Amino acid sequence: MIEGISIYELLTVSTILFFIGVYGFITRKNLISVLISVELILNGAAVNFVVINKYLYPEVLQGMIFSIFIIAVAAAETALAISIIINLYRKISSVEVKEVETMKN
Amino acid sequence: MNYTAIILIPLIPLAVFLVLGLFNRKIGPGVSGLVGVGGMLVSTLLSFYTAFEYFMVLGKVSGAYPTLVESTVWMNFTETLRIDMGVLIDPISVMMLIVVSTISLMVHIYSRGYMKGDEGYTKFFSFLSLFTFSMYGLVLATNLFQIYIFWELVGVSSYLLIGYYYTKESAVAAAKKAFIVTRFADLGFLIGILLIGYYTGTYDFETLNNPEGATLTHWAPASFMGLSVLTWGLILIFIGGAGKSAMFPLHIWLPDAMEGPTPVSALIHAATMVVAGVFLVARLFPMYFFVEEGFALQIVAFVGAFSALFAAVIALTQTDIKRVLAYSTMSQLGYMMLALGVSGYEGSQGLGYMSSMFHLFTHAMFKALLFLCAGSVIHAVHSNYLKDMGQLRKYMPITHLSFLVAALAIAGIPPFAGFWSKDEILVAVYQQNTFLYVVGIFVAGLTALYIFRIYFGIFWGKDNTYEHRPAESPASMTVPLIVLAVLSATVGFIPFSEFISPDRAGFDAHIDIPMAITAVAVALIGIGIAWMLYKKESGLATRLTDRLGVLYTWAHRKFYMDEVYLFVTKNILFKGIAAGAAWADRKIVDGTMNLIGNSTVLFSKKIKGMQSGRVQDYAMAFVSGTVILALLFIYLWTS
Repeated sequence: MIEGISIYELLTVSTILFFIGVYGFITRKNLISVLISVELILNGAAVNFVVINKYLYPEVLQGMIFSIFIIAVAAAETALAISIIINLYRKISSVEVKEVETMKN
Repeated sequence: MNYTAIILIPLIPLAVFLVLGLFNRKIGPGVSGLVGVGGMLVSTLLSFYTAFEYFMVLGKVSGAYPTLVESTVWMNFTETLRIDMGVLIDPISVMMLIVVSTISLMVHIYSRGYMKGDEGYTKFFSFLSLFTFSMYGLVLATNLFQIYIFWELVGVSSYLLIGYYYTKESAVAAAKKAFIVTRFADLGFLIGILLIGYYTGTYDFETLNNPEGATLTHWAPASFMGLSVLTWGLILIFIGGAGKSAMFPLHIWLPDAMEGPTPVSALIHAATMVVAGVFLVARLFPMYFFVEEGFALQIVAFVGAFSALFAAVIALTQTDIKRVLAYSTMSQLGYMMLALGVSGYEGSQGLGYMSSMFHLFTHAMFKALLFLCAGSVIHAVHSNYLKDMGQLRKYMPITHLSFLVAALAIAGIPPFAGFWSKDEILVAVYQQNTFLYVVGIFVAGLTALYIFRIYFGIFWGKDNTYEHRPAESPASMTVPLIVLAVLSATVGFIPFSEFISPDRAGFDAHIDIPMAITAVAVALIGIGIAWMLYKKESGLATRLTDRLGVLYTWAHRKFYMDEVYLFVTKNILFKGIAAGAAWADRKIVDGTMNLIGNSTVLFSKKIKGMQSGRVQDYAMAFVSGTVILALLFIYLWTS
């Protein structure tokens, strides 16, 4: 419970964060930017968990733990994605999304 | 009865076929010949054992030879309508077992010599075994469907063996012709089977042929165009039989079938397969006799008589010796059909039936012998044509004597086999119909004439100078000739009427002296004419043919039957019906399908762009979908 800040404001922030991520995911041309956008989406979701846990069910901790879980998954996913991108760069010398259209070859 | 032995009779050739057929390349010619002959020998011994058991040990049960059936249900349609697979043993099937096994064994032995050095030696023996298996299956069939299955199988093996020299264009054409013509006739057979099955509710020969059974006492369950449907069924079945037995007008395939190797002609196109039609009518004889007072049987008689005459006239004019024999086969088959057609049922009334089967038996022996002799001659001079032969008696004494025995047998000179059976046929026909008797006796004269025409042409006649001096064939070929010659001379003495008659009871047949004298006199006249015309090379025969002019040309060109068929198929069937059907098939049937296919292709081309492969496009679609759904839910919830 933070003084002077209601749940609506916090949820607005998380929503904005989420949609910025979605927008970035759809429009960015660079795979790194796309990856960053995905992080934004995940963070938006994590903030949502924390806020709802804090404001609506202060006596339990599941929301908090879930957000830590999300951070862990995001870290793992980033590591994986970065390694894929590096390999891709070695192969086609580019990290542009539109270059990566086919699954094979 | 020992059913295991009976079932083994067809299964041994089948096993030989499978072994030789599957390991075609691995088995050398020596082994395959031995396997083929060995298998046939066992199967022949079992056939003779079965015949001995049936006629001698088991004998008559309450005054008549019983019908023994051993079968398993194969397909079950209704309570009564089902198709069995099994063996049926009665006098005619046992007799056919003897015929098929004896001739097949002789032909197997003969083929070891005749086909020596041929590339497809193993293949040849495997096909022969397949044929023998199918033929056994045919004669042992317990019901119409089983006989139909094996009927088609003999057709296939006949096709394979006619087209054995598949690099020769004429052989391929002949094989196709034989298959298509008989297949066309079999269509009638199949429809007949279905008709009879539908109206009687059974396919079993035993039930169908029972004179006290429902089929024969109520033979008119429905009528069509003034005849009982069963009569129609029987006529259709006879069409199938006529196709196989080369009755006019479905005979055109038989002369061409001579393109096959000569042992094949002896086995399939003289002794066994072509009598399948006769056998079929005999198998259903009670039906033919009782349904509609034997209306269908009269058709059989007239078709048989006409074919006998027609073929005998053509046989007089052919120069290819195998073709002469082919037309002779057709003529003799016509005799058998004629005899069946005039037969009665009870006691000695069944003389026609008995004589038909008797003639089938003796004909198988002497006609196979004639073909094998012809094969031996062809083997020696490498030609089928009379013009390349002459004076061969000096070079091939065994073949010459065997041929003479067979020729005397077919001409009906006592005491050779053909005399006895032909005499019985003529007696049976005389009792029923004087007109047909006149045809029969005339054909008997023609038979003697054409067979002695080629006999004198081959073994006497002109002095040919041969490039290679012709020599007698090896023992593997002459031994079957001698065996068959002995059989042709003696089988006439078998008291056939004791064993085979329509009512199974048997009767005493005796030689009708005036009839026999007439027949022999006519045959002697035929031989005499042949002697005058062909014994020495003389211009007499040529002058005679010139005098006959158009008649001779007509007969020589086989009365233009092939041309008629070609006209009908090419101009009417192909141009008229088939072309229209082909147009409808291409434009309407294919058109509809193409339309459906093309429109699908077009549509998918239009929407193909949606699957770009870009992740972001999919994400966009996904997000927009989600947003739309969300808006929809909000709208629905709030209103």
